[in-house]
Amino acid sequence: MTDMSTTLAGVTFPNPVFTASGCAAAGRELDQFFDVTQIGGVVTKSIMLNARSGRATPRMAETPSGMLNSIGLQGPGIEEFLTKDLAWLEKRGARAVVSIAGGSVEDYALLAQKLRGHKAVSMVEVNISCPNVEDRGQVFACDPRASSNVVDAVRRNTTPGIPVFAKLSPDVTDITTIARACVDAGADGLSVINTLLGMVIDTTTMRPALAGLTGGLSGPAIRPVAVRFVWQVHQALPHVPILGMGGIRTGLDALEFVLAGASAVSVGTTVFGDPTAPVRVLAELQQALEQRGIARLADAVGLAHRPPETYVPERPDPVGDELVSTDVFEEHS
Amino acid sequence: MPLQVAGEILSIKKVGAYQAVTVIAPGIPELTRPGHFLAVQVGGPESSMLLRRAFAIYDVKDRGVYGGTVEFVFSVHGKGTAWLSQRRAGDKLDVVGPLGKPFRLPKSAVNVTLVGGGYGTAPLLPLAAALRERGCRVDIVLGAGGSDRLFGLLDAKRMADSVAVTTDDGSSGTRGRVSDVLPAVLDKSQADVVYACGPMAMLRAVSDIAAARGIPCQVAVEESMACGIGVCMTCVLPVVGEDGLTRMVRSCVEGPVFLGDRVRWDDVGTVPADAVGAPRA
Ligand SMILES: Cc1cc2nc3c(=O)[nH]c(=O)nc-3n(C[C@H](O)[C@H](O)[C@H](O)COP(=O)(O)O)c2cc1C
Ligand code: FES
Repeated sequence: MTDMSTTLAGVTFPNPVFTASGCAAAGRELDQFFDVTQIGGVVTKSIMLNARSGRATPRMAETPSGMLNSIGLQGPGIEEFLTKDLAWLEKRGARAVVSIAGGSVEDYALLAQKLRGHKAVSMVEVNISCPNVEDRGQVFACDPRASSNVVDAVRRNTTPGIPVFAKLSPDVTDITTIARACVDAGADGLSVINTLLGMVIDTTTMRPALAGLTGGLSGPAIRPVAVRFVWQVHQALPHVPILGMGGIRTGLDALEFVLAGASAVSVGTTVFGDPTAPVRVLAELQQALEQRGIARLADAVGLAHRPPETYVPERPDPVGDELVSTDVFEEHS
Repeated sequence: MPLQVAGEILSIKKVGAYQAVTVIAPGIPELTRPGHFLAVQVGGPESSMLLRRAFAIYDVKDRGVYGGTVEFVFSVHGKGTAWLSQRRAGDKLDVVGPLGKPFRLPKSAVNVTLVGGGYGTAPLLPLAAALRERGCRVDIVLGAGGSDRLFGLLDAKRMADSVAVTTDDGSSGTRGRVSDVLPAVLDKSQADVVYACGPMAMLRAVSDIAAARGIPCQVAVEESMACGIGVCMTCVLPVVGEDGLTRMVRSCVEGPVFLGDRVRWDDVGTVPADAVGAPRA
């Protein structure tokens, strides 16, 4: 039996499969389909300080192997979240990863304070893909300084020992710059990735399909992009734990993320079509690791980064005339 | 509590412009009440269509040779329903249900009018049966584009005290909309309660007519849904709560059945400025 436990910045979870923020509400609905205490943790919908109505409808369009959404962070606000959602997760005995979102550095600081000391919180995920009202709506995640300020504020206001993960946006020129800025500001780990900005035009109405015009693309369509981001971030910051996500549908999909450098994964959009997906992905991932003779999940993290195996030629070439694979050769030149 | 069932199609048949699918889905019938819906996976397990399609439940049978079966009615709109229309008996079909809040039934034997538009009639027929069982007077108004889109006319005639039909093209019944004949039906039957299911514009017209007469009205809405189980927040519409405040509520878990006079029909598709948490201007 492969040891599926995973340690994220000092906190150990029984297994590496989580829900994704905004794709599982606060776990209660999914608990009707599977026992939410059986997965690594429930990542809750990004919560803001105050109640928020979200955007107009249509908020959703289906795309090939994906979907576009523009929910606009609808939610009840932190107070109701604490008394209803987090209280439920606590009573249920589920591990909660609370995602927070704000419009200013102060919002994030206040949200972190509200969560401080709460027993049910296993981890805080900082959704920095939000417009900064103090900077003409510029998205925090697109600017290293703004990202750094938010992460610093959250880290300082969060219970010591509770990991703070910054959730990165793929809509940036160089994700490693933002990743470094977040880690330097105190992020204990990184969630990679949020949705990619997209648009669908309804060819019947001949207008954008979403009321919000653009939306976030998610689902298997983005998986190779997400795996590439996880790879790049792990390569740049090999000691920083990554919660990887983007289009995970099967255990082998999850394994790709783990091999690229993720210590845990979130299953998001797939849940909409398959409400039991997180437990299925967990079982499939465990089986895949066992089939590959990997005794501990932790041993597979980042394994794809190892150098390619040296090519050992068959005789009649004499010893000392070995060819190295071209990749290794390039590294030496 | 909904179930996810790897079901099997028992039959799929053409009914006018629609198709009716019966799925062997043990466990779901026992839990189903009129107004509940199903979320159906389309395209098979490797499908590039990730989102389930939601359909109101028409008929259920909880006993029988095959175990429980559940039936729904649809018409082809897009790739998902086109795929569904090509299924045959014996094919696998993954369904989740029953979902949503069903119609609430009156406690006593009152006079009830049901209004169905197109295949929106499907969930009203089991409702009619349940109301008859309670001794209610049941009058039914059916409307559609044309006669091939009138669903359940025979069943309606069998169960109801009266049936009025309207079609847009005049191919059956009165040419026009259900709202043209509804006031007369309500007056004649002395309706105490109205139930409706069909397109949004129809639900709105029915709600307005019922509200003008002070008759309570329950409507089953059809919003675009990504998950059907309450986790995605795509299916919202503005609804006035008991506290008088408007909220963007999820039609999949707080609906699909709402009180007609609680839905802010004028504002569907928008976030009213006075909704809880609306952006401040
Ligand atoms: C409907 C929907 C709502 C989402 N809401 C949030 C959110 O509130 N906060 C957040 O950080 N990410 C949100 N996301 C992004 C997901 O958490 C995830 O990063 C992304 O969808 C990629 O993973 P997936 O392809 O498995 O869904 C949302 C995604 C979807 C589809
Ligand atoms: S369809 Fe997902 S919340 Fe209603």
